[in-house]
Amino acid sequence: MKRKQTSKVSLKRLLQDNSVPIMFVLICLICLPLAGYSPAYLLNELVTRMGRNTFLILALLIPIMAGMGLNFGMTLGAMAGEIALILVVDWQIWGIPGIILAMIISIPISVLLGLFCGNLLNKAKGREMVTSYFISYFMNGVYQLVVLFLMGSIIPIMHSTLKLPRGYGIRNTVSLLSMRQQLDNLLAINVGGVKIPVLTFLIIAVLCLVIVWFRRTKLGQDMRAVAQDMNVARDAGINVDRTRIIAIVMSTVVAGFGMIIYLQNLGNFPTYSAHTQIGTFSIAALLVGGASVEKASIGNAFLGVTLFHMMFILAPEAGTAITGDSMIGEYFRTFVSYGVITVALIMYESRKHRAKSQTGYLLALAQKEEEARAK
Amino acid sequence: MENNNAPLLEMRNIKKDFFGNQVLSDINITLGPGEVLGLVGENGAGKSTLMKILFGMDVIRETGGYEGEIRLNGQVVKFATPFEALAAGIGMVHQEFSLIPGFTAAENILLNREPTKPNIVSQVFGPRLDTLDYKAISQRADQAIDKMGVKISGDMVISDMPVGHKQFTEIARELSKDQLKLLILDEPTAVLTEKEAEALLTSIRNMSAQGISVIFITHRLHEILSVCNTVVVMRDGYVVKEAPAKELDVQEITRWMVGRNVESAAAAEVRELPDAKTIMSIRKLWVDMPGETVRNIDLDIKEGEILGIGGLAGQGKLGIPNGIMGLYEAGGTVEFEGKPIPLNSPRKCLDASLAFVSEDRRGVGLLLDESLEWNVAFGAMQIQNKFLKKFGLFTWRDERAIRAVTDKYIDELKIKCTGSRQKAKELSGGNQQKVCLAKAFALQPKFLFVSEPTRGIDVGAKALVLEALKRFNREFGVTVVVISSELEELRQCCDRIAIVSGGRVAGILPATESSEAFGTLMVSQVV
Repeated sequence: MKRKQTSKVSLKRLLQDNSVPIMFVLICLICLPLAGYSPAYLLNELVTRMGRNTFLILALLIPIMAGMGLNFGMTLGAMAGEIALILVVDWQIWGIPGIILAMIISIPISVLLGLFCGNLLNKAKGREMVTSYFISYFMNGVYQLVVLFLMGSIIPIMHSTLKLPRGYGIRNTVSLLSMRQQLDNLLAINVGGVKIPVLTFLIIAVLCLVIVWFRRTKLGQDMRAVAQDMNVARDAGINVDRTRIIAIVMSTVVAGFGMIIYLQNLGNFPTYSAHTQIGTFSIAALLVGGASVEKASIGNAFLGVTLFHMMFILAPEAGTAITGDSMIGEYFRTFVSYGVITVALIMYESRKHRAKSQTGYLLALAQKEEEARAK
Repeated sequence: MENNNAPLLEMRNIKKDFFGNQVLSDINITLGPGEVLGLVGENGAGKSTLMKILFGMDVIRETGGYEGEIRLNGQVVKFATPFEALAAGIGMVHQEFSLIPGFTAAENILLNREPTKPNIVSQVFGPRLDTLDYKAISQRADQAIDKMGVKISGDMVISDMPVGHKQFTEIARELSKDQLKLLILDEPTAVLTEKEAEALLTSIRNMSAQGISVIFITHRLHEILSVCNTVVVMRDGYVVKEAPAKELDVQEITRWMVGRNVESAAAAEVRELPDAKTIMSIRKLWVDMPGETVRNIDLDIKEGEILGIGGLAGQGKLGIPNGIMGLYEAGGTVEFEGKPIPLNSPRKCLDASLAFVSEDRRGVGLLLDESLEWNVAFGAMQIQNKFLKKFGLFTWRDERAIRAVTDKYIDELKIKCTGSRQKAKELSGGNQQKVCLAKAFALQPKFLFVSEPTRGIDVGAKALVLEALKRFNREFGVTVVVISSELEELRQCCDRIAIVSGGRVAGILPATESSEAFGTLMVSQVV
């Protein structure tokens, strides 16, 4: 539906609102010549990483749409994806069928974790971000219990290559060699030395279409209403708590799929730490793309992945060129992720504040002009 | 079974008590289809409680239900929730807006009742995944807007709308419900400008012509007379008068409401203070208060006078005190007793012995969850270290002094309460307003801004509040600035009245000037 907009867009406003993406474009431009990569290599890396990460980041959009902020609930989905992958690897189902089976197995686990997280977040309305962050820490403990103690003792694990030498618990690294890049290689095409994983991008495109379509459904409309004013939505008969839980469940399920796509690309994963920073990095990437606590679009997700990873490809080489130490890249990654989230949270508050003082400034200006005219 | 001869709504022998405190006794009301019933009464007379019973609000059930019976089309109904009342065809527009700010008018009108189209996914996962039918949404919204007979664009976003349009959007939401037979409007005109209020009255007539019954609650009595078929006057939980509107006039309704004769707008003893020095001089003031923008105002206030600031709603009169007292962003210069007062800093104003009774009494004026004692003494305690006792390093509250001063004001202002320990939120609107005044009086300021002191309070309380302000001014020599939308009330208590129009001072006249002269000023620069 078309909306009548009365607010004017000025260049200064545009720059202010997009200051984070602009800053990252500048960083990338500075690093580009220092790193000295060939365009083909750069593009290849970028396309691989986009295929790897975009799906995960899109999982963040639904909670934002429901007014639940930048939500770490997706970390739970990532854990569900990992558990599903461990089981599928143990059952020795290889290739695409293995990936599909892992996705199917991840659904009930994601739903369960999502219901749990959603119910808790309903008790902490307005503080979803920090609450979900600590829920993800708490759930990490449960994940460790399951993977370190229950797998092999209660949950049957057949192959000793997966298990720790003591007979139960999973080894520190799970190899996904049997399904490594299977999704990416199927239908892949090569354009001027750049491998494009067409199928992965198709899956991402389908998810984007689903999100666009979802915004136009009754449930999507309800989520937007709940995001803006829970009391009004409740008075209109919308079941606010249920709507919010559905948003989190959808997010964890999508994140579970996203994690499986992410890990099949990498080819193995550290059992106990693969998910620990995935939430932080995904949120940082989305913010780099220009999203805010209350507003995020598919465009933000794509721009964010591109800029965020562009920087990670360039920073280590540029860092080595300047300081002679390649560790600077990893340092940069963590530093920038937390930094950008902090900046985004502060900007969210200050933008609210600025919107308030803006009209006052205009008023004073108008008055001055009027006086000048009178003289 | 529907009985076609029965009236649409009958309320018989309705009784309600809140924990032994009888608030409604033997209420009988009958309303036919397409009739407009005006419900008037002082604050605390029981109008709101009666409507809450009719609408099935939770608070009624939680406090032990009610006695008597309600019949809709001859059938006894008892609503457990507002949703049941809605399903039975009763709609209610509350005083506070209940709209989603980022949605369009059309989306708000059909909120949670959007027409949808099924699709493959929704057939598997249920109707919540139906796609919205935007065309049908805007069509049905337009139909509802047409029923009112006003022009509002359905695709305008709520946050960009003036207050009046928001009110109409709310009403349109009720009208868009096909089953709607009875619409309750609880003081819908309180926030509207004269023109918008007039449009609303027209739309009430339109609704009634289409067979929708309306219960209309307002304090503006001439509105009742111009639009209602019957007028029901309530006082202290009883229906004291029910008569066709044709047979009543404003004076008579007022008499029934308060149960005594109110002198009509007696000309106040207006004083001219030619020798008084200027206590506050305002130069080039602008204030950014949403909906009440002030532009480039110059104004001098004399020591010891009562100055009225009047004007139509939304023209900026409320912005003046809010800006000077630092509640909204402001610029320009304000001098008080020759010394400049820094703007945007409420504390500095209070330190300079200025006080402000806000029009937003629930938000700014009161600590709702605290006792009256706290409310009255809090400001003085925080700002002037009054009501405190010192013991060496420690400072204690002087409970006895606080109690004494609170009791004094309860007595003087005739605040209806169970005692000085009662919580502020438990009082009715008029009595809360009196507490706000007491709080400002306890500061013993040199200068007092009073914003909309009588908004939403009844005739009896109004007279008391105005009288208290006058006495405060005369006895202590405090300069008072009263801001009010009601000109008559300003003329009762002020010496001079400044009229604000389009964010500027259109003129200052003595209170004795004719209403026409003020009226001309009010509309002179309207934006």
